[in-house]
Amino acid sequence: MAADSYEDVVLDKGSAVPALEVPPQDLYHAKSFWTRWIFCQDAKVIAIQYSITAISIGLVALVLSWMMRLQLAFPELVPFLGPAEYYQFVTMHGMIMVIYLLTALFLGGFGNYLIPLMVGARDMVFPYVNMVSYWVYLLAVLVLVASFFVPGGPTGAGWTLYPPQAITSGTPGGDGLGIVLMLISLSIFVVGFTMGGLNYIITVLQARTRGMTLMRMPLSVWGIFTATCLALFAFPALIVSCIMMTLDSLLGTSFFMPAMNQFGEQLSYSGGSPILFQHLFWFFGHPEVYIVALPAFGIVSDLISVHARKNIFGYRMMVWAIVIIGALSFIVWAHHMYVSGMNPWFGFFFATTTLIIAVPTAIKVYNWVLTLWRGNIRLTTPMLFALAFIITFVNGGITGLFLGNVIVDVPLSDTYFVVAHFHMVMGIAPILVVFGAIYHWYPLITGRFLHEGMGKFHFWISFLGSYLIYFPMHYLGFVGVPRRYYEMYDSEFITTSTTFLNQFITIVALIVGFSQLIFLYNLITSAKLGKKAGKNPWKACSLEWQTTDVPPTHGNFGKELPVVYRWAYDFSVPGATDDYIPQNTPPSEVSGAQAEKT
Amino acid sequence: MIIAIALVSVLVIIGIIVAVVFPQRAVSAALALVVIGSVAFHFWTPWWWTEVASNWGSIDDTIILTFWVTGAVFIAICLFMSYCVWRFRYKKDRKAEYKPENAKLEWALTIFTTLGVIVLLAPGLIVWNKFVTVPDDAVDIEVMGQQWMWSYRLTGKDGILGTTDIRNINDDNPFGLNLDDSHGYDDILISGDDLHLLIDQPVKVNLRSIDVLHDFYIPQFRAKMDMVPGLITYYWFTPIRTGNFEILCAEYCGTGHYAMQGRVLVDEEEDYRNWLDEQMTFEEMLASNDNSDLLKLASSARE
Repeated sequence: MAADSYEDVVLDKGSAVPALEVPPQDLYHAKSFWTRWIFCQDAKVIAIQYSITAISIGLVALVLSWMMRLQLAFPELVPFLGPAEYYQFVTMHGMIMVIYLLTALFLGGFGNYLIPLMVGARDMVFPYVNMVSYWVYLLAVLVLVASFFVPGGPTGAGWTLYPPQAITSGTPGGDGLGIVLMLISLSIFVVGFTMGGLNYIITVLQARTRGMTLMRMPLSVWGIFTATCLALFAFPALIVSCIMMTLDSLLGTSFFMPAMNQFGEQLSYSGGSPILFQHLFWFFGHPEVYIVALPAFGIVSDLISVHARKNIFGYRMMVWAIVIIGALSFIVWAHHMYVSGMNPWFGFFFATTTLIIAVPTAIKVYNWVLTLWRGNIRLTTPMLFALAFIITFVNGGITGLFLGNVIVDVPLSDTYFVVAHFHMVMGIAPILVVFGAIYHWYPLITGRFLHEGMGKFHFWISFLGSYLIYFPMHYLGFVGVPRRYYEMYDSEFITTSTTFLNQFITIVALIVGFSQLIFLYNLITSAKLGKKAGKNPWKACSLEWQTTDVPPTHGNFGKELPVVYRWAYDFSVPGATDDYIPQNTPPSEVSGAQAEKT
Repeated sequence: MIIAIALVSVLVIIGIIVAVVFPQRAVSAALALVVIGSVAFHFWTPWWWTEVASNWGSIDDTIILTFWVTGAVFIAICLFMSYCVWRFRYKKDRKAEYKPENAKLEWALTIFTTLGVIVLLAPGLIVWNKFVTVPDDAVDIEVMGQQWMWSYRLTGKDGILGTTDIRNINDDNPFGLNLDDSHGYDDILISGDDLHLLIDQPVKVNLRSIDVLHDFYIPQFRAKMDMVPGLITYYWFTPIRTGNFEILCAEYCGTGHYAMQGRVLVDEEEDYRNWLDEQMTFEEMLASNDNSDLLKLASSARE
């Protein structure tokens, strides 16, 4: 299809939509099976490829977490699990979940699927680079998986990979290939992500359809867009530290390695700084939290608005909150290092910036619940997940106020309180949004609903179960139980009742874990057997639901690109017949509606 | 465990009853029960911090303050949400309110949140200031970490710890003391044994590692700080009750991390002196090893 075959639409008079100035994007249309489904340039297919890969490797990480939980509660059931294996599983679980599952799924998966459709573009602006991005990501995953099969196994350095232990012999995989493969895999991931990330940003800035001003974009796009900006600024710090540590490990340089005497032997390193690595790592690592959280914030805003049949409350404030959180996330990193031995005066600065970030975050929470106020709430499965997200996120967010306040962090740092906090806030909360989003957009992707009964069952087990796992876990941290302990060894101060709590948590974790099989079963069978959804089944306003074909075909919008006349949240407008007005509905078609100018 | 199970089952039963009697209200009831369950658990939990054994009870106070402020916000937001779900359930013939913004309310909430943040931050920073300001009467001790054990060094008669370098470490000089620093020879070295501290005596703990990162953490003292090879980090505290406390390494340090434990005993004056008298200085250790070369160096250093 050539560019000139797209037609300009007839515009409403006085609708303030600019005329067509540049010809629409010309796309390469696949001819064979291979270019259509495998080496595909269609962002929607790439999104599915990213999602399937991310969820598959995520399942590996889930199984690793069961092994860890069994070791903590019922070590006699996993006699093959020694301390080395335990630390390897802890490390791989954390790294896979944060980087290879959540980052890849939110940006590579949801970013690819939603950005072009929501801003009214035919595809990403660089479809070929977008395709390469996925294959480079897959390579990163394969290198990561390969580290399980090298002598010495994968690295057991903890997902933070702190030197000097990460590349010395006291750590599993530290003097072998395990750590090197991890560092190489991360570097490859950053390369792949940069290709995808530039696409997401440029598509949002360059390829929005006519009338789609930035302040009319759905919050999902704002969240993914801002997160991608963060990632492009933050990932260079990661790739640099990975390369430098690889050199320390393979060539014996001393970027992060001071003089050491290990097991009675003087190592040849000298003069490097372990704390420098921590600064670089967290300069990436803290924005990383928001790289996962901001897309979740955006998506959940849209879920709540659609299913409460009400505009998101305080849209402009929501946009600015996302942007401000994104900006602030670059000046709070050292709150991960209060007890690292850095200059203690840093504590004053970083505690202040960290607690300031609570303000825009709290505003987002207020606006979510105020959206419910006087709404017309449909308790669909996506809405249930969105509600559960709010509770989980508020719970995880307020424990952040403990850990961010430097002196409170001193006793709690490196205990199970931290483990519970970050699982709640950047594990469970975003995953609940992922589930909600899948139940929400599955009808668009496949044309069929996921089974509702199975969905609700999956919801209650996942939400209540994960809350039961992580809420009591904070209290283990109060007792003082340190994280990253294979067992409590011959420690006496930990009361026996904490063992019972560990067992309780493990049992619930296994139940929640296995209940995900129901979700997978639902995901696979509903593609063929699910109830037919038809067009715009949730009656949403945003553009992805207004495509001519469901599921949308290559090029997204058929012959004519949509023209946008309003924001994505014209729900329940007084005077309109329906309780929603799609973004591409011209004012002349809903003349009675008293919508505010957006 | 029993409490946890009882609590969960009571809440599940209430939830099921509500769900059966008012099937339309099950979701909002469940959301409210999650909040109620969290609060109940908080007040009845058998898992709480150990009795404080140092002067850092003020850290506990900041945690309690944070609990009250953040707990109130958590309860308010979640119950408000539960109420909305109860009150504004979907009805076909009803339309939601159309009100995109409310600048007054949004600003009020912003200011309210900012005030809450100040209430948490100000006392926190005051205590942190105390934490990083070592009092003049604190005595220096050194804790040295290595994979996977603890060693300690106390000052001798001169009250000053001798300087060290990781590159000096060998079998005769396990702490890596600089032989040309005369302050080091009277230092008391303790390796492979418990550390004793004198009650009510402020101590500045100088922290050092000779291999990877470690962290000297005693839950009852509340304080912790990483030990970094190449740096000397520190914190200070005053033990306020006698007893026997476990050291847990709190910074991941390799395969043996979980087993890197030790003991600190806080003694009354007399017990402490008796223990101290039995310990060996660096000089005595060199002599007992019959190491004449080093001893010669030692005497020349003092001249």
